[in-house]
Amino acid sequence: MSDEHGHDPALEVHDLTVSYLRRPVLYGVDFLVPQGRLVGIIGPNGAGKSTLIKSIMGLVPASGGWARIYGKPVKEQIRRVGYVPQRESVDWDFPVNVMDVVLMGCYGRIGLIRRTGRKEKARASEALDKVGMLPYAGRQISNLSGGQQQRVFIARALAQESDIYLMDEPFSGVDAATEAALVTLMKEMRDMGKTVIVVHHDLATAREYFDMLLLLNMRVVAFGNTREVFTGKLLQQTYGGRLTVLSEIADKVAKDGG
Amino acid sequence: MNARSITPVLLFWLVLCVDAEAARIGEITENDPWEQVRRFFTLADPGLRLGLAGALLFGAACGLLGSFIVVRKMALIGDAISHAVLPGVALGFLWSMDKDPLAILVGATAAGLMGSLVVELIQRTTKIKQDAALGIVLASFFAVGLCMMRMIQNTGAASRITGLKSYLFGDVAVLNRQDVVTITGVVVVTIFMVILLYRPLLTIGFDREFARSTGLPVRWFDCLFQLFLAFSIVVALQAVGVVLVSALLITPAATAYLLVNRMHHMLWVAAVIGMFSALLGVFCSFLGSNLPTGPFMVLGASSLFLLAYLFAPRHGRFTRWMSYRARRRNVSNENMLKSIYRMIEKGIAGQDGRVGVSMDLLAGERQVTMAELVGDLRRLRTLGAVDFVDGEGQVVLTESGFKQARRVVRNHRLWELYLTNEADYASNHVHDDAEKIEHFLSEEKVAEIERQLDFPEVDPHGQPIPGRDRA
Repeated sequence: MSDEHGHDPALEVHDLTVSYLRRPVLYGVDFLVPQGRLVGIIGPNGAGKSTLIKSIMGLVPASGGWARIYGKPVKEQIRRVGYVPQRESVDWDFPVNVMDVVLMGCYGRIGLIRRTGRKEKARASEALDKVGMLPYAGRQISNLSGGQQQRVFIARALAQESDIYLMDEPFSGVDAATEAALVTLMKEMRDMGKTVIVVHHDLATAREYFDMLLLLNMRVVAFGNTREVFTGKLLQQTYGGRLTVLSEIADKVAKDGG
Repeated sequence: MNARSITPVLLFWLVLCVDAEAARIGEITENDPWEQVRRFFTLADPGLRLGLAGALLFGAACGLLGSFIVVRKMALIGDAISHAVLPGVALGFLWSMDKDPLAILVGATAAGLMGSLVVELIQRTTKIKQDAALGIVLASFFAVGLCMMRMIQNTGAASRITGLKSYLFGDVAVLNRQDVVTITGVVVVTIFMVILLYRPLLTIGFDREFARSTGLPVRWFDCLFQLFLAFSIVVALQAVGVVLVSALLITPAATAYLLVNRMHHMLWVAAVIGMFSALLGVFCSFLGSNLPTGPFMVLGASSLFLLAYLFAPRHGRFTRWMSYRARRRNVSNENMLKSIYRMIEKGIAGQDGRVGVSMDLLAGERQVTMAELVGDLRRLRTLGAVDFVDGEGQVVLTESGFKQARRVVRNHRLWELYLTNEADYASNHVHDDAEKIEHFLSEEKVAEIERQLDFPEVDPHGQPIPGRDRA
């Protein structure tokens, strides 16, 4: 599906359904992100925000539906997507330094066996510079603060030189100054035509950070330009109480399904 | 890198040159221990050469693979696989009705992989977590293996199979040339694989999800890694024994983890420690002829771990304790110099630091007994910071002692001022903090603070801040 200019959308998700131990956690998610947008995914805890981007990336199997990047299945477009996992998902005592981690972002392009050369080092340095971490390139990752760890993760994604980025809670445990710097960076990326999709949990800042919002609570409550979607009524629907029928059915399916 | 890959090849040739008819280590009886040591280091016995070559090779392989196991927190998996291979070893025996290394390698590897598959199956289909699943599989596979071993021993074949017991507790003496050739093959391929696939293995080890998101075939790599793990366990099995082989995987790698900070360094250090542990094991069992090798190798590895635990450059317990003690002594020295300086400043003694300070008064100021004071001052004298004035019960600061004292006082007063001016501390709250910080401020930090405060001359209590040292 193309827009009026004939561009493929950066991301198209169609009827994506994900179940965990037979219990549905995401129901028929549909949305379509045009190129060059900064999109926030917001919703309460347990709404399935991380699950959504993981299943788009193919890290969590979907029980139905599909996701496409620039008009093609994600598997075929893996080089064009950069994924930033949650900071807590790795062991920061791992024996590598900052540069080693960022270089991992370059591996996708140079294949399994070839060694990293000067070109990759330069690309990693540039990525580190963008997040203000270049002076820390040689530092052991266990000696980083939470905000620095997050910036290293983002630098690793930048080194991938992708067209669309999916970031899982990049602002969690990050100080205010770093958060502001990261938002500026994301806006720059958007202005360069990249598409950035961010799982975010702070409603207070969501409105100023993002062009578009996806309000999520097990299903899409609303998706659209921030101005149109960020309304009391829709937020109430997203955060206000659980959808009793939906979660009851989900429980029942989980119990009886087997 | 090339020089390193040559080592196993050299060992391989060493093995081929060995006379196959030679006596095994265990069959050599020598009563004079010094003679034994000489024979060990001159590699006089062909059997020893075989055992040593094999031990060094799988020591290196265990170190390499163990590094990945340790950083991926898979230590228990290594243990489980090493126990799970036993039924495969027995099957290999039964298949060939002889100690055919290839049959045993195939059987054991298959059993090891089967074990890890069952673990995964239990995890995926029940709510039982990995640790319990490993426990179940480890014990049951091992039990099956033990039963099969006993059955083999009860058949007539046992007489032809020497060294069946070595699979339990390990004995390099039973390695024959064919075994060592197999070991060499496996180890060379393992080292090659780790070098070739280092980057993907590193990425997967650090961040699995990210690795998958870049399209790396993570499951495929897992299988490959488990396969090589099973290989290495199997080749080390005869020399180390099922019971202890996992220790040789984990301990050298854990030791390396304490010593270095980068994965590629860790790999080499772990390989070297693994080889050294293996060497120690062979040496000890050679000296006490007929002692099992496995326990000595593991003891060697554990001793090295203990050394690293205590004396590792930055994180060793003893190293830390030493640097803590040195710091404390330094603080106490500087405090003494500061006391003398302040007494000089108050006019109790002359300004140039050459005139003595009464030790009685100093003991009162420091609130210590005269004996303690003299002890502390003697230490400072050996450092060249103070001197005693003979016969007058007085102490003077030397040139360098005076400079040091002035630096500490300066740090103290600058820090007090910094806290009151820049951090909005009340002036009566800053002294205790400055007492600690004064000893640890670097020259650059002091210069920075001074610039920020616009080169002040008095501290919040109205006392003068001594000037910078002029060279």
